[in-house]
Amino acid sequence: MRRHVISVLMENESGALSRVAGLFSARGYNIESLTVAATHDPTLSRMTIVTIGTERVVEQIIKQLNKLVDVVRLTDLTEVQFIEREMMLVKVRALEHGREELKRLADIFRGSILDVTDSSYVIELTGDDHKLSAFLDAVGRDNIIEVVRSGATGIARGDKSLKP
Amino acid sequence: MELSGGEVLIQALKEEGVEFLFGYPGGAVLHIYDALYEQNSVKHILVRHEQGATHAADGYARATGKPGVVLVTSGPGATNAVTGIATAFMDSIPMVILSGQVQSRFIGSDAFQEVDCIGITRPCVKHNFLVDSLENFAETIKKAFHVATTGRPGPVVVDIPKDFTTPGITVPFEYPKSVNMRSYSPAEQGHPGQIRKAVDLILSAKRPMIYSGGGVVLGDAAEQLTQFTELLGYPITQTLMGLGAFPASNKQNLGMLGMHGTYEANMAMHDCDVLIAIGARFDDRVTGEIDSFCPDAKIVHVDVDPASISKNVTVDVPIVGNVSHVLEAMIALIRDTDKRADPADLAQWWATIKQWAGTNCLAYEKSPDLIKPQAVVESLWRATKGDAYITSDVGQHQMWAAQFYGFDKPRRWINSGGLGTMGFGLPAAIGVQLAFPDEIVACITGEASIQMCIQELSTCLQYGTPIKIINLNNRYMGMVRQWQEFNYDKRYSHSYMDALPDFVKLTESYGHVGMSIDNPADVDAAMDEAFAMKDRLVFLDFQTDQKENVYPMIEAGKGHHEMRLNPARELA
Repeated sequence: MRRHVISVLMENESGALSRVAGLFSARGYNIESLTVAATHDPTLSRMTIVTIGTERVVEQIIKQLNKLVDVVRLTDLTEVQFIEREMMLVKVRALEHGREELKRLADIFRGSILDVTDSSYVIELTGDDHKLSAFLDAVGRDNIIEVVRSGATGIARGDKSLKP
Repeated sequence: MELSGGEVLIQALKEEGVEFLFGYPGGAVLHIYDALYEQNSVKHILVRHEQGATHAADGYARATGKPGVVLVTSGPGATNAVTGIATAFMDSIPMVILSGQVQSRFIGSDAFQEVDCIGITRPCVKHNFLVDSLENFAETIKKAFHVATTGRPGPVVVDIPKDFTTPGITVPFEYPKSVNMRSYSPAEQGHPGQIRKAVDLILSAKRPMIYSGGGVVLGDAAEQLTQFTELLGYPITQTLMGLGAFPASNKQNLGMLGMHGTYEANMAMHDCDVLIAIGARFDDRVTGEIDSFCPDAKIVHVDVDPASISKNVTVDVPIVGNVSHVLEAMIALIRDTDKRADPADLAQWWATIKQWAGTNCLAYEKSPDLIKPQAVVESLWRATKGDAYITSDVGQHQMWAAQFYGFDKPRRWINSGGLGTMGFGLPAAIGVQLAFPDEIVACITGEASIQMCIQELSTCLQYGTPIKIINLNNRYMGMVRQWQEFNYDKRYSHSYMDALPDFVKLTESYGHVGMSIDNPADVDAAMDEAFAMKDRLVFLDFQTDQKENVYPMIEAGKGHHEMRLNPARELA
């Protein structure tokens, strides 16, 4: 079982997302996260799917995705050098003695504080899965009020690109 | 030419060469039905239930190779069609289903007869389209036919909001000549390197086996398969869906494989060292227990769908491409080389197979008192000289039809293999008979299955389809009863068909001919009498042996080499 980040370029049409989501639920594949938005070409959407499975299952996932008529091209980013980023918004309890410590922690992780009240901060953080998890561990479960994660997006390093 | 949406649709169907439109009217498609009125280019066949429309279109498609076309209304019209759409999807049958939808401005408002047809059908179609404007309507129809009929075929739904078909609201009509879809380009030619590798492996086999499936029928590659098999001299077995793609009467044919396949076919699968899978998908009813599937074999797999390859069984040499092109390429390479499998090895392999065939696995106990279902199928074969179009429903009768009606030609055996849809046989036979009015069409069914779409007897009268219905009536849901006998200690829970109708009277009330046969001595004569009535539908209700089981059988969890044989074989 390995984690795979699959990048999918698809027709930006209504229903395309549900075709992908439906495929994963109908065939019992895992979805860790799924993000989608239009690209610079408004007729195309780019989707990033994070899934966990054996080599055999992931091979099937890729083939089944390719079979969807709306899918133009796709690539398993984990097969190449790639950059992965996810954005997270965290609302944390920030009381007198902890406020300075949280500010320092946010700086160390290159996060920024977007909102401040007497008792809380909203911190924005960008990074890969490990970095975001490490930050949450450092803050400590008891201090977390809310976590919102965007799900991973990814892009290959170098000149390679996913084009129609 | 300025046309309304309804007229665009009819004109598009005409451009696609559609002969028959199987449908049922309703509110959301009234504009389309108005456009259908007083025109002769497309013949509308009014069914009695939308499931019947989809199966009839499906039967038409399976027999002709051309796409079957269905027209249903929104809501219940669409949901009634779903079983037929899923049936076609599982067997990769090219179909275009046109469904009415409420007006676009009402979508999502829970309007009368509104259902999310796109959402409901999504998991059981190759693709579906919601028409989004009158301007794009013709192009959408073109795309639907293109997707349905190319690559691995399948059903495509086009959902049409009523306002895009309104009379008087027109667009300039021009039917697109070609389709450009950047996201859809099915493979045609196989990879030459892979084909070469496959041929090397095939020619180095000691115990080769060819396993062919429905893909050969769908890809119109029966001729190439026969050439390929005869050139090599190897044994061949077919799946339920592949029957007829290689002549049953050919000496190299070992018959069907899988759960109710022949002993020799399954044993040869288990012991082969090179397996050549062509247009087959390693379905669980074919492989038996996957852990003991072809333990010694290197596997070549030819399929038009990359997702079929290494899905259930990991293969050694995959070739993605159109089956007929790949077979032609392989035949050319084999003809170009002197390399052949060692004749001594091959002779020994055939000798082993002959021994297995000596088991006589399809032999059954003859009876002077009870009509044996197998004997009815054999009698049907004689009465039709083995050259009829045979549709079937699902269950024991389907297996006996597959085992005992030797198909020598492709597209003659029409049954729901993947989904296993009871109720398929009669409407499918309507589609076949309409396509081939001068050919013999028989539907082998059972008293349980036939009742699932019995209303289509009315359609048969309206359009004069002289189908012969062979009802193997054992007063049980036979296959359920058989599993209950084997696996549930003969606890026949709800598998007895109580309160059956009098099928003779029922058929007569629909305006057809009914016959009841309960004496084995009368079977042949009844067949001859029925088939002599060339322009009548005849329902032959054969009262068969209630206890007869389908043998041989691979039970759940068992491998090809662990078949259960008919205990009554020796009495045969």
